[in-house]
Amino acid sequence: MKQSTIIDIISPIMAGPSSSHTAGAIRLGLMAKNIYNGKIKSVTFRLYNSFALTGKGHGTDKGLLAGLLGLAVDDSRIKNIFNSDIAKQFDYNYEYAQDFNRHPNAVDFTIDGENGRMIISGESVGAGEIAIRKINDFTVKLTGKYNTLLLIYKDVPNMIARVTNAIHINIASLNCDRYAKGEEASMSICLDGSVDDKVLDFLKNIKNVYFVSYIKKLES
Amino acid sequence: MEKTISTFEELKNICNGITVYEAAQLREAELSEISVAEFRSKVKKSLDAMKEAIKNGLKSHEMSISGMCGDDCERLQKRFLRHHALLGRLFEKITTYALATIEENLRMGKIVACPTAGSCAIVPSVLVGVSEELKISEEDQINALITAGEVGRIISNKVALAGAVAGCQAECGVASAMSAAALTQMLGGSVDEILNAMALAMKNLLGLTCDPVCGLVEIPCVKRNPFLAIHAVTASELALAGIKSKIPPDEVIDALEQTGKLMSPLLKESSQGGLAKTKTALELEKEFLQ
Repeated sequence: MKQSTIIDIISPIMAGPSSSHTAGAIRLGLMAKNIYNGKIKSVTFRLYNSFALTGKGHGTDKGLLAGLLGLAVDDSRIKNIFNSDIAKQFDYNYEYAQDFNRHPNAVDFTIDGENGRMIISGESVGAGEIAIRKINDFTVKLTGKYNTLLLIYKDVPNMIARVTNAIHINIASLNCDRYAKGEEASMSICLDGSVDDKVLDFLKNIKNVYFVSYIKKLES
Repeated sequence: MEKTISTFEELKNICNGITVYEAAQLREAELSEISVAEFRSKVKKSLDAMKEAIKNGLKSHEMSISGMCGDDCERLQKRFLRHHALLGRLFEKITTYALATIEENLRMGKIVACPTAGSCAIVPSVLVGVSEELKISEEDQINALITAGEVGRIISNKVALAGAVAGCQAECGVASAMSAAALTQMLGGSVDEILNAMALAMKNLLGLTCDPVCGLVEIPCVKRNPFLAIHAVTASELALAGIKSKIPPDEVIDALEQTGKLMSPLLKESSQGGLAKTKTALELEKEFLQ
């Protein structure tokens, strides 16, 4: 089983009041920002279950927005983010839903902007830890703890070998998913180090690779 | 150095002649590919933030977003100005520091989630309160916080430290167990005594539910923090006397895990039972939602 570290247990230093509902929300926002990786025009936050029921009192709504704006979990502006000038960069609204097939603390970001529409689904899994579970229709698993390469490609033999051969640093985990055999597939690769633009360019030029995104890990 | 230490038995075995924080800092530094000094400076950052939260909390009586909590630390400080606590100055410090920190948390102030935000006041109030009273050096405070972190880390390998998964026993309960270990380290306890303090504190909090009123980290979380900080002191005193938990540390954690699984979802941060469904809680809910 995956082990947490001592620093995980005695951190983060954060704006209260809830590690799952406030810090987790901010970190989900920060991940969504890193994943979208472009100028945002508008966003809809859809909060599920416990996020929906208790989000207001925990500042979950403020946290999601603050994260998407790039504010760190201990930023003192989060408390008054709705009245802050930095919150005027894009339009935002909130939806609330109950769906017991979803995690108790789940959220969907529907983001429109320079990279078109992207729907990012995540969960706050406890103690400020998070997981991004879906980007558009692809299942992923991003925790923000690792620099992560996300590839969309055609599901043909040898793709994993071709991609991993180009990466000369240790791979912490690798997850693949596909629509159907021979159709579009996704690969998320968590790295112990970082890759440079040369590697990214190489990956983009591999035959049958449609899209490459490099998602930086969150500052802890 | 063994890299994966998942149980207290394994921890005890590698602590051959060294204590918990020494074994822990060597492993953590190696795993994160940093020096022990760099690791300790990260721990110091958390320690400093804990002290800052106490300082800010002692000065404020701003209420939370809901308006339900926020002015109890002030009340307690006033009381201790007039009447000294029966259990002495250390008791006063631990309880006021705990209220200061947890109230700072609910007004969206800056705190250290240790291990979670709802339980953020237990470790700091014990650690800082005792350090001030007994004039414990900063290095020894860092040693104690590493000890607390190591204990929490091992528990978290088995049980997710989240009220929604295992109830408050896994949040404030674990924070109290971490504090008992930290305090025992500060008082010069052996590895056995540290682990027994942890087990004794944990054992006496099994079954603690998470039933927050209006679903907020306020009622009963605010007052639970000073209560369980004092609970940690009891555990540490007993352990330092050589009193052992008859159920070994790892088995106590097994019981914690099983209790968490058996606990009704109505009592795990869903606010569907317990205190959250009392008549007064429902009235507060109505008031708050307006």
